Amino acid sequence: MSLITAQSLSKTYATDSVEVKALQAVSFEIQAGSFLSFVGPSGSGKTTLLNLVGCLDKPSGGSLEVAGADVLRLDRRAAAAFRGENIGFVFQSFNLMPVLTAFENVEYPLVMVQNLHAGERRARVLELLDAVGMSDQKDKLPDQLSGGQKQRIAIARALVTRPKLVLADEPTANLDHETAYTIIRLMKNDTRIIGEAEIVCTLEDGKLVRCEEAHG
Amino acid sequence: MGKLFQIALRNLRRYKRRSALTISLIAFGVIFVLVFVAITSSFKELMIRQITDSYLGDLQVHRRGYVASIETLPLNLNLIPQQAAAVEKVLRENPEVSAYSERIKFGAMFSNFAETTNIRINGVVPEMEFAACPQMASRISEGEKSVRALEKGKVLVPALLARGMGTKVGDTVVVVATNKDGSVNGKPFVVSGILESATGPGGRDGYIHLEDAMEILRMAQKEVSEFAVNVKAMGRVDRVAANLEAKLAAAAKDPKKVPFQVHTWSQLSPFANIANMIDLMTFFIKLMLIAIVLISILNVMIMAVYERVREIGTIAAIGTSPRKILSLFLVEGFCLGLTGAVVGVLLALGIIVVLNLSKLSFTFGQAKDLILAPNIAPLEVVSASVMVIVVSLLASAQPAYKASRMEPIDALRHV
Ligand SMILES: Nc1ncnc2c1ncn2[C@@H]1O[C@H](COP(=O)(O)OP(=O)(O)O)[C@@H](O)[C@H]1O
Ligand SMILES: [Mg+2]
Repeated sequence: MSLITAQSLSKTYATDSVEVKALQAVSFEIQAGSFLSFVGPSGSGKTTLLNLVGCLDKPSGGSLEVAGADVLRLDRRAAAAFRGENIGFVFQSFNLMPVLTAFENVEYPLVMVQNLHAGERRARVLELLDAVGMSDQKDKLPDQLSGGQKQRIAIARALVTRPKLVLADEPTANLDHETAYTIIRLMKNDTRIIGEAEIVCTLEDGKLVRCEEAHG
Repeated sequence: MGKLFQIALRNLRRYKRRSALTISLIAFGVIFVLVFVAITSSFKELMIRQITDSYLGDLQVHRRGYVASIETLPLNLNLIPQQAAAVEKVLRENPEVSAYSERIKFGAMFSNFAETTNIRINGVVPEMEFAACPQMASRISEGEKSVRALEKGKVLVPALLARGMGTKVGDTVVVVATNKDGSVNGKPFVVSGILESATGPGGRDGYIHLEDAMEILRMAQKEVSEFAVNVKAMGRVDRVAANLEAKLAAAAKDPKKVPFQVHTWSQLSPFANIANMIDLMTFFIKLMLIAIVLISILNVMIMAVYERVREIGTIAAIGTSPRKILSLFLVEGFCLGLTGAVVGVLLALGIIVVLNLSKLSFTFGQAKDLILAPNIAPLEVVSASVMVIVVSLLASAQPAYKASRMEPIDALRHV
């Protein structure tokens, strides 16, 4: 069974003056695999597509199934619950809660979204912090971390709920090349981190290729 | 739930100055209300005690219609002997009545042989009068300061009248009155003491012994104009009055035409109007507190939501339910209100203690050197705190709702 099935998905943004057709009849099917990236130039509709798959936005037409559910039918509350159960998000600018420590940021979805009990919660958070190499930084606030470190915490937060799907919209855009490469490696290859999750990532044209070339 | 409080408190700490300002504003409002209530209620209590203990009693019983025409002190509206006996029985049987005094009231001419003036006289049984109005003795500024001031043949003269007529303790004076059938009678008295005025009607009356009054008025049997009643617990005076009224109605021959009427001090003294004014002012000051809390919390929560749009977008995207987001901001407003209330209550209690230690005194009318002892009922503290907290929640509701309704995709794009 495929994890994501999109059929003639389209999205039109209506601005004041013109209509922007960001997506036109996009159809694809993604089997549960391990890592996949949408690569394209700026303005090509990567973010738009990811928002639809992530149940953050509704398409103007077409059909979309994610993890066996017809996500277009979900209302606000159900969509939030669905995201909390099935999808992890990694954002371009990390989006950690500034008042919570690294540990608490990773723990957040287990308390406020999934409501896991304390013992299991702690074990899982520590495991993921270890996997992203942030165990020794766990009590720092986001302000005290570098960009790469923040993104590691964000990846741990996205995966701590054991989602079926992780969506990362240009997760490396705010990072230097070196750091970007390690972050991509982390998401692509480290099975301790990604577990069973399918990672869908968007990257600006050629960035991934450049990364891979640079490091073999 | 614990997490909600943790996040809310950390967010409040994040904007220290703003939170501190809001908390102090609320605390200031709470302090203002509580100290105002403490001072005015103790002033009220003091004044009421002054009035009821000096001459009024906590409540009074009359023949029906007497109070309506009390200006003329109508002798034909006195309680006839059987009625007076019935009232006395009811008063004696009520365990909440601590003392009562029967009075014969009449208007008279007062003469010191050189001048003559009008006077209102109360004929009383001294022991009963001093028990029902415990401040009688302290009101006597010159002369005999005990029940002996009202032995037969003696008169207690109100200070204003004594001053005006140059009357001194030990002088002989004559009291002349018209009795019920229209004839005039007089009797000489020795001035036993000067009675300082008290606020309100009846505060400038003279006093003689009940039997002297009966003699002047040529009463064959005792007819009583009023019973002044002292109750054990002032706070229950309305209930005691209702209770007495019911018992008196039961004692009446015809339940449709009960010849008795019970009035509490607040129905008899104009000070009740001042007391009501004070209550009204308290009410408006409480409204002010509500406005302060409402505006300051609303302001700070609107700012909080506006500043954290991206954070709201993030937590919404990763699956936080709209209800959790709503509670996050409600809890934040609640914590602000609660802290303001706690700080305010503690400071207010401190101020009240200091006011008590500094023994504020004041003068009201003829009453001098009344010592104010501000104190606050626990119920007032609780109700002010609850009010602050409820208003805080109400004020947070709109911004919190707005946060919970945000579309994550729009919120995330917000810079
Ligand atoms: N909220 C929006 N309102 C109007 N137009 C939009 C909006 N979001 C995206 N677009 C337009 O849709 C197109 C695709 O945008 P996007 O999905 O962000 O591309 P990418 O992520 O590949 O850079 C662009 O032309 C962009 O201007
Ligand atoms: Mg984009």
